[in-house]
Amino acid sequence: MAADETLVGSVCGTKETTACDLECRGVTKRFGSFVAVGDVSFTVPRGSFFSILGPSGCGKTTLLRMIAGFLQPDAGDILIKGRSVLDEPPNRRPVNMVFQHLALFPMMDVAGNIAYGLRRRGVPSAEIVRKVEDALERVGLPGYGAKRISQLSGGQKQRVAIARAMVLEPDVLLLDEPLGALDLKLREHMKVELKKLQNRFGTTFVYITHDQGEALVMSDQVAVMNRGRFEQVGPPPALYYRPQTPFVAGFVGDTNRWRGKVLTADATGVKVSTDSGLTLLAVSAAGMSPSAGDEVDVFVRPEAIALSRDEAGLGTLDNRMGGEVVSLLFNGANSRVLVREKNSGGEVDVTLPQAGEMHELKPGAHVHFGWRADQALCFPASGGDEA
Amino acid sequence: MIKKALLGAGIAALLAGTALSAQAETLRLLTWGGYAPDKVVKMFEKETGIKVKVTKSNNEEMIAKLRATGGGGFDLAQPSQDRITGAQAEYNIYKPIDLGRIKKELFIPSMLEATKKNTTLNGKVYGVPHVWGTSGLVVNRDKAPDVKDYLDLCNPKYKGRVSYRLKRPTLIAFAFSMGMDPFAAYSDKAKYGEILKKVEAKLIECKPNVKAYWTGGDALLNLLRSGEVWAAMAWDTGGWKLNKENPAITFVAPKSGALGWIDTFALPRKTKAEDAAYKWINFVMQPKIAAMITAAAGNFTASKGADAYVEEGLKKRFQESFPQEAIDNIKWYPPVPPGLEEMEGKVLDRVKAAK
Amino acid sequence: MSARTKLSLILLFAPFALWLGVLIIIPHIDMFLVSIREKIGIGQYRIGPANYMAFFTEPLYWNTFMRTALMSIAATLLTFLIGFPVAFYIAKVARGRLKTTLFLMVLLPFWVSELVRTFGWMILLRETGVISHTLQWLGLVHRPVELLYNDGAIMVGLVYTSMLFMVVPLVTTLDSLDDELIEAGYDLGGNGWSVLREIVIPHAMPGIVSGSIVVFMLSLGNYLTPVLMGGKNSLWFTEQIYQQFIVRFNWEQGAAFGFLLLFLSSLIVWLGLKITGQTLRETMG
Repeated sequence: MAADETLVGSVCGTKETTACDLECRGVTKRFGSFVAVGDVSFTVPRGSFFSILGPSGCGKTTLLRMIAGFLQPDAGDILIKGRSVLDEPPNRRPVNMVFQHLALFPMMDVAGNIAYGLRRRGVPSAEIVRKVEDALERVGLPGYGAKRISQLSGGQKQRVAIARAMVLEPDVLLLDEPLGALDLKLREHMKVELKKLQNRFGTTFVYITHDQGEALVMSDQVAVMNRGRFEQVGPPPALYYRPQTPFVAGFVGDTNRWRGKVLTADATGVKVSTDSGLTLLAVSAAGMSPSAGDEVDVFVRPEAIALSRDEAGLGTLDNRMGGEVVSLLFNGANSRVLVREKNSGGEVDVTLPQAGEMHELKPGAHVHFGWRADQALCFPASGGDEA
Repeated sequence: MIKKALLGAGIAALLAGTALSAQAETLRLLTWGGYAPDKVVKMFEKETGIKVKVTKSNNEEMIAKLRATGGGGFDLAQPSQDRITGAQAEYNIYKPIDLGRIKKELFIPSMLEATKKNTTLNGKVYGVPHVWGTSGLVVNRDKAPDVKDYLDLCNPKYKGRVSYRLKRPTLIAFAFSMGMDPFAAYSDKAKYGEILKKVEAKLIECKPNVKAYWTGGDALLNLLRSGEVWAAMAWDTGGWKLNKENPAITFVAPKSGALGWIDTFALPRKTKAEDAAYKWINFVMQPKIAAMITAAAGNFTASKGADAYVEEGLKKRFQESFPQEAIDNIKWYPPVPPGLEEMEGKVLDRVKAAK
Repeated sequence: MSARTKLSLILLFAPFALWLGVLIIIPHIDMFLVSIREKIGIGQYRIGPANYMAFFTEPLYWNTFMRTALMSIAATLLTFLIGFPVAFYIAKVARGRLKTTLFLMVLLPFWVSELVRTFGWMILLRETGVISHTLQWLGLVHRPVELLYNDGAIMVGLVYTSMLFMVVPLVTTLDSLDDELIEAGYDLGGNGWSVLREIVIPHAMPGIVSGSIVVFMLSLGNYLTPVLMGGKNSLWFTEQIYQQFIVRFNWEQGAAFGFLLLFLSSLIVWLGLKITGQTLRETMG
């Protein structure tokens, strides 16, 4: 797993096998005194699906627009296939964009939309026809060329937008939250679809979103962005299981959080007394070494918490406590139980086990729950970064 | 319920309408600018209690308005004397004047007689004179000293410095200046057509001299005032008005004769306030009132003895423009027979279209 | 539908029906009846097409109409060429207060009457006017220049009078153009010209069409500007209609000209729509 991270951090071209399509070096953009993007550096290996995940206003759109060429960075460099593109206007850059609202041209039919870029390049018309048909075939819309944009469903529009950009065979395809406007069901479907398309085309995708579900499902690499900076870059499991910052821990996936003070800390773990009066055993996040008295946040995933009718069922878990079921949030495989801890009165989010004794659980029932110390990550307390 | 309410509202509106019209006697006067000054209107209203509603217009619009309503909408109109019988014959928009109700002693006898003669159709008189004046030349004597007749406007010396209207008086004036008598040919359409043909050729030939064909009196005065135009065919009052500001500019009675017009009083056929109309005529023809109208309009009236009350400056300017022989040489418009306007219109169109 | 709602519906539409009937349809029927009357003597008429024939047989009338139509088309084109960048700037570039201010500035000339506006231009353009004096003061010319009384002056007047009617529909349609579409146009390799031609103009087409129709009709029907600012050769069809009605007392001819103007201008608009591949329904909808 550690190898993954070094790969992401590696400079393009150091290994011949990991040539990369896009590289940003210290890219910075300010609007007045506001730093929208601050000193962001990353590389995207050829053919990978790279997502930038962050809350709205984190600067991800600004970053994307700089890559596309609609904004000029104040500092830093953007390289595509190892060549700086800062001097190239958007219409010359070997990148294309799928816009948030798709930006299909309503004044043209589907084929006209896809052919637009080819016409601009002066491709012979016979070849345009062929390429358009080919592109429609690849996005699964053969024979749709003569349809008006208004005749298409949301998902079909999505695919036309991708085909329109992909037909130009860009080095990098930028996608600006293109699934945002779709309804839930279609969005779930298109996530899979997009990933498949990316595999089929083999093009490098840079995808920005505020929806961690989209980022985690589709991406090879995800960069979590906050306040103009990258918090962490890595493959989805690494972000999920080994967040390097409290922001990532809080933003990626659901989590329980306690704030407290370190009582003792050593190589085996950290003992934390929470503000609500609990004593928790946790481990320090990678690279952190808290000492006694430090203020920390402890993060525990709902699915890391074991649930039991009786105390014995928890066995020897490092953290064990009891409480009363406040409510059941049924959602199939993702069902949750909200439990009020009896000593502190705080509510804890626990994943409902699918099998066994728990499926008859009712609000008001007394339950016991607990987790291992190494499933509780401890970070130095951050400011107000509520994810 | 609703129907009843509507009916009620309708009746109320009707009643209100009649009440309004019965409230005060109103004289709806269709006239020229300056012929019914506010001061005179106020005096009349005070004396008679009759309200006067003034609509300012010109010959063509007067006829068009009365024609549209078959002689309704106004109680008294003031067309020029030459434009009455033709319009009456064709559109039947006027009512004969009852001369018995006119105070004849207020009028200059010769002018009253001439107007009566010119406005008689089938033995009935349709007009009595009110204001008279002439058109001729308004000349900037510093810049165009030798413009003495209409044809002098075509002198190449004054290229682009001349203005006149594209209207029938211009055709008549040029015809006279070219030594023809268009008035004598009024009754002979063929002969009149011949004259028009010659005038047309002359006007086309003269076109390079024209800066612009003027359409509004004020615009023309501005052109003369600013020195953009040096000589124009226009009304006498315009020339005298400018003369007050700039002595170099004045009205010149052309050698071939100024064109004399008389604006009259005529009764629209559907007049609703005949009494008030006669009262107005007899009121404004009183010498003192007539002098007030002269002061406002700049032209003299047919009121006998009004001259005594007219401002000296105007009299002086008049005498300067009109020595006795010039007065004798004024060509008074005879009645226009129907159909001439159409012939003239085509000529004017062709002049304008010519390059 | 109850009798009551029916009645209120009738009452609701009554003003419109009245307006349509009394002010539009009946006068037109009357006008038409007048236009097919041939004058054969004093107060004598017969039904016939002579008034319409006169338009086609007398070259002067035909030329006047053609001149009017061509100048109006030119004025429409010119208004579009000047108005489009203005509208684009207001709709897409200017923001907030500047946008409102610019829009107001386009509107401003319409707070005074057309007559006053025309006189304003006359003061500027005349030989002793502001522009002539300025040019002399700058030493660009050495004698007064006459800028009034020619077709150029008419054009200036027409374009100025029509500008608002072009800019407003253009701003409205351009406002509705998503900036993303323009960016997409660039992103996919387009340049300023091709984005304008393939994306902005097609999107603005309904506004262009409605603006052009209004400007064309306004120019064609304009009376004051050509009469006051036009030169001695200037002929304008509405002036001809006025002449027929008012000066010549020839209502029959005037009415026929009125109808010809209505039909020929509709024909030109229809042709314009055909040539540009637009439909009126798309424009209105």
